[in-house]
Amino acid sequence: MSIRERLSGNEAIAYAMRQINPDVFAAFPITPSTEIPQYFAQYVANGQVDTEYVTVESEHSSMSTCIGAEAAGVRAVTATSSCGLAFMYELLYVAASARLPVTLACVNRALTGPININNDHSDSMGARDAGWIQLYAENNQEAYDNYLQAMRIAETPDVRLPIMVCQDGFITSHAVENILLEEDDAVKAFVGEYHPEHALIGRETPLAVGPYDVSPYYMEHKVQQAEAMKNAKRAILDVAADFEKTFGRKYGFFEEYRMEDAEVAIVLIGSTAGTAKACIDQLRAAGRKVGLIKLRVFRPFPGEELAEALSHVKAAAIMDKSESFSACGGPLYAETCAACYALDSRPVLIDVVYGLGGRDVATEDIARVYDHLFLMAENGGQGPKYIHMGQRSSEQEVL
Amino acid sequence: MAKCAKDINEQSPWQDLTPGGEIYEGGTARLTMTGEWRANIPVWHEEKCKQCLLCAPFCPDSSIPVTDGKRADFDFDHCKGCGICWKVCPFGAIDFVKEEK
Amino acid sequence: MKNMVEIRWHGRGGQGAKTACLLLADAAFASGKYVQGFPEYGPERMGAPITAYNRISDERCTIHSNIYEPDYVVVVDETLLQSVDVTHGLSPKGAIVINTHKSPDEVRPLLRGYEGRVYTIDARAISERTLGKYFPNTPMLAAIVKVSGVLDPWRFVSDMEASFKHKFATKPQVIEGNMECLTQSLKEVRG
Repeated sequence: MSIRERLSGNEAIAYAMRQINPDVFAAFPITPSTEIPQYFAQYVANGQVDTEYVTVESEHSSMSTCIGAEAAGVRAVTATSSCGLAFMYELLYVAASARLPVTLACVNRALTGPININNDHSDSMGARDAGWIQLYAENNQEAYDNYLQAMRIAETPDVRLPIMVCQDGFITSHAVENILLEEDDAVKAFVGEYHPEHALIGRETPLAVGPYDVSPYYMEHKVQQAEAMKNAKRAILDVAADFEKTFGRKYGFFEEYRMEDAEVAIVLIGSTAGTAKACIDQLRAAGRKVGLIKLRVFRPFPGEELAEALSHVKAAAIMDKSESFSACGGPLYAETCAACYALDSRPVLIDVVYGLGGRDVATEDIARVYDHLFLMAENGGQGPKYIHMGQRSSEQEVL
Repeated sequence: MAKCAKDINEQSPWQDLTPGGEIYEGGTARLTMTGEWRANIPVWHEEKCKQCLLCAPFCPDSSIPVTDGKRADFDFDHCKGCGICWKVCPFGAIDFVKEEK
Repeated sequence: MKNMVEIRWHGRGGQGAKTACLLLADAAFASGKYVQGFPEYGPERMGAPITAYNRISDERCTIHSNIYEPDYVVVVDETLLQSVDVTHGLSPKGAIVINTHKSPDEVRPLLRGYEGRVYTIDARAISERTLGKYFPNTPMLAAIVKVSGVLDPWRFVSDMEASFKHKFATKPQVIEGNMECLTQSLKEVRG
């Protein structure tokens, strides 16, 4: 039986961690950390978990600790945010290339500077090519559910990749909302125990991890990582199917909201999806055929599936909550355009960069995006393709 | 199924490498003939050697085999020709000369 | 969305407006509602104006934006009336509740022409009387429950008692004061 509760997103992740009882939790426990290590520390102090809780002097060290623990053969987790993730950057690549399935709870917040602590996706998007699986959540429920699925995906033998479970800083991490939690025993049974084939300790056979790769080997190991990420697509769907069977909530690469006959659509990641759904309900009530695709999985990128889902719309706005300063659009836009290139008939695609550094997005803002998309669909895609939304301007902006 | 280091080389396809380059056994440095790298070579004069065994622990490449408290000639498959043994020998029992290949 | 109530809290860092906002979410949750309780975060500065929000509804609200057109506004510190446009966007069909010893008629002129209902409560007096210290959040919580009608006030009181018993399990002596504070606050809201 699910348990009806109300928790913030941070509490929900800490609760999932307690249920899973990981072997090692390494964290830099002060700013720019999250409340997750703080809540978890209470579980440790109360003896509710037997996790080795390691407070380190930096995120560089927390990820190093996770890498060492995973190589030793146990489950290691951490949580961070913003500049904390940036400080892990070097080690993110080490965890991925050493094929160690570390689980990282990322509370998405802007990267300084200018100095800012509020939500956008620039931290995890900056790490998108580090070789980590990335799951994103719309609300506390999805953050919790994604966390319960994360380890099984990451630890799948032909995947063996680290995984980031992301949610929007403050908007969901600090917001208390209703949530359905699962029983401890059911969670433990679903997540299962971790028994890696090889480990540094507790085994008869020796193991060396993370060797220097000369050129004749490096490329081959990178191809292996690329293949593992392809395998992760299957693992994500397999675990989601079992999750639905066990707990009744359905997950995939993305959620399609009222896309069946949509003429225009928005593609985005995270909490704004909820705001967009409310806007869609209003517009649908007025007879306007609008839809939403909320991406749950950014790495691996479900390019073919996303292109197929967009193939019947006339125009779509790809909404990026991070800049990539490419001068032609953000990361989600770039990936989506690349994915749609293979379509025989492509929708008009524009990029709308929004919500940077906590800039709020209301249903009215989403409605303006749909209005603009109908205009673009009518005029055959004339006009700028790379737009920012929500900024003050002395000129008339597109949105 | 664990793969042995001896079965992996620069011709191995990516499918045959271990994940992340993991190595599942000890002593795999033996498989690399680092003796190839040598420019100068140590020469052991057994008649001058007092078997004090000072050279063996100094050798960075474990290329001075010791059995039953006595050293034997160098393991030239792995000696890189650094000359440390020649420097530390108190009895002049090791020479260090240009290697003719 | 039908039957959704949106509430905006104005306070100063350190006064407990965020805590009161989360307590209201707890109380509404306990009575079977879907809730949202979230503060607007910035650099943490004691005394700086802060805003927090509640959405309370019968079905899950998916909107994740701030609240621009609230049904109700709670002002935890009356000095904010000078510097913050607390009635901005406030529905004229709704109401504002202000922590002050003044009467509603005395504070209305400070509300920039707001035409809806105005309530006041002397949270300082009630708090100091019942708790011996100035904790404005409990009286303000009771006041907004009464004014908004979003929860049955007496159900709310019994839920809060359970919550206090849980929260203050190790210091039961403070439970009585808090309960007294709640019930007196429910009675002393002026409108």
